[in-house]
Amino acid sequence: MTTFTDWDIVRNLLLAARWTLLLSLAAFIGGGVLTIPLMLMRLSRRRWLKLGIRAYSNLFQGTPLLMQLFLAFFGLALFGIDVSPWLAAALALTLFTSAFLVDIWCGSIDALPKGQWEASRCLGLGFGQTLLRVMAPQAIRIAIAPTVGFSVQVIKGTALASIIGFIELTKAGAMLTNVTFQPFKVFGLVALGYFLMCYPLSHFSHYLEKKFHATDNH
Amino acid sequence: MPLITINRVQKYYGQNHVLKGIDLDIDQGEVVSIIGRSGSGKSTLLRCINGLEGYQEGSIKLGGMTVTNRESQAREISRSIGMVFQSFNLFPHMTALQNVMLAPRRVLGIKAAECRELAELMLNKVGLGDRLDYYPANLSGGQQQRVAIARALAMDPKVLLCDEITSALDPELVGEVLKVLEKLAAEGMTLILVTHEMNFARDIGDRIVFMHQGKIWEQGESHQLFAQPQTAELKQFIASVRGLGDN
Repeated sequence: MTTFTDWDIVRNLLLAARWTLLLSLAAFIGGGVLTIPLMLMRLSRRRWLKLGIRAYSNLFQGTPLLMQLFLAFFGLALFGIDVSPWLAAALALTLFTSAFLVDIWCGSIDALPKGQWEASRCLGLGFGQTLLRVMAPQAIRIAIAPTVGFSVQVIKGTALASIIGFIELTKAGAMLTNVTFQPFKVFGLVALGYFLMCYPLSHFSHYLEKKFHATDNH
Repeated sequence: MPLITINRVQKYYGQNHVLKGIDLDIDQGEVVSIIGRSGSGKSTLLRCINGLEGYQEGSIKLGGMTVTNRESQAREISRSIGMVFQSFNLFPHMTALQNVMLAPRRVLGIKAAECRELAELMLNKVGLGDRLDYYPANLSGGQQQRVAIARALAMDPKVLLCDEITSALDPELVGEVLKVLEKLAAEGMTLILVTHEMNFARDIGDRIVFMHQGKIWEQGESHQLFAQPQTAELKQFIASVRGLGDN
């Protein structure tokens, strides 16, 4: 039986952390891209589209991420669609991310004065032009801090993907515990790994919040 | 033929009957002030004229076009009607120049260099030639409102609607905005003003329209209307407005 040195543990965790980062990145980018059409639908004047998007975000916000992962992994398999843990995790996390981002982004646009829409309309700017040139530049300042803050939730959320067998940081920790019998040390290192990924983002989010808050009140 | 023809316009907000059959014609080059208590429907009428609000019955015609609040019509309306708001509604992330340039550039498709020239001309016209690169946050209320006027004028509208545009200003800043309107009136611009500045309405306007309870209660030539109000409601309104006649 091979023995694991501390370096072996750290090395394996670092290798697995790449997958945590990659999954987070995929979920965040996928979620961001998916949010754009969702946001347009929710900002549209068609009531059933608005309600549909609201139902979508309520559904994903109101159910545990773990259930969403199970449904993506086992549920799709029931329909004969064979999904890998990676694909299921990326899919579930993308949907989960977009359900929150659509709220953050639309909320940021709704927070702007209604007069901005009216002035744009009176000048003859269309919906797309108004969104792109008038609303978005202002809304981004409001949205950026909560968006970066939410990315922390996504990173931590990837830990659940370990349960459907995707080997990322948490799963690697569980496997290393099984061979080393040192759960405290291993999971301590796992926690440290998450902290090192999340803390800079939280800090950055606070920084952005302060920065934009300060410039709003000049 | 009048520039704007408003014919028996009725508007409801749910059960609330806000405009009860408005008939009003406005000629090219005319300056019309709409006065009345808050809630009399004067701002709503203005917002119907430029399609920001819809109405249930009657018609509002401008040139050959019937104005509605359909979004697809907004672009066409913007070529004829300019609007200045009480709350300025400048775009805070753009400089004065960029605020004025945006619509000519993106709606009319005028080349950037020409838009810049046009915007400079408009800002000069409102006396802000030295504030081109200022952001709204660094301008006074009066200056912001003048940028808003320049922004509306840059689309070369046939008529300019002003919705209580001095109401949000500190008293000492009102004059500079009214001066711009006087200048526009003198140049022959068609103006429709909803205003609480009674002295100004009397002196700048050709005609004053007094609205009460969703109707045009009384209207007439400016000085005469104030000197000889016919209805009890207008008499009461004039009496309740401080400062009228102090000059």
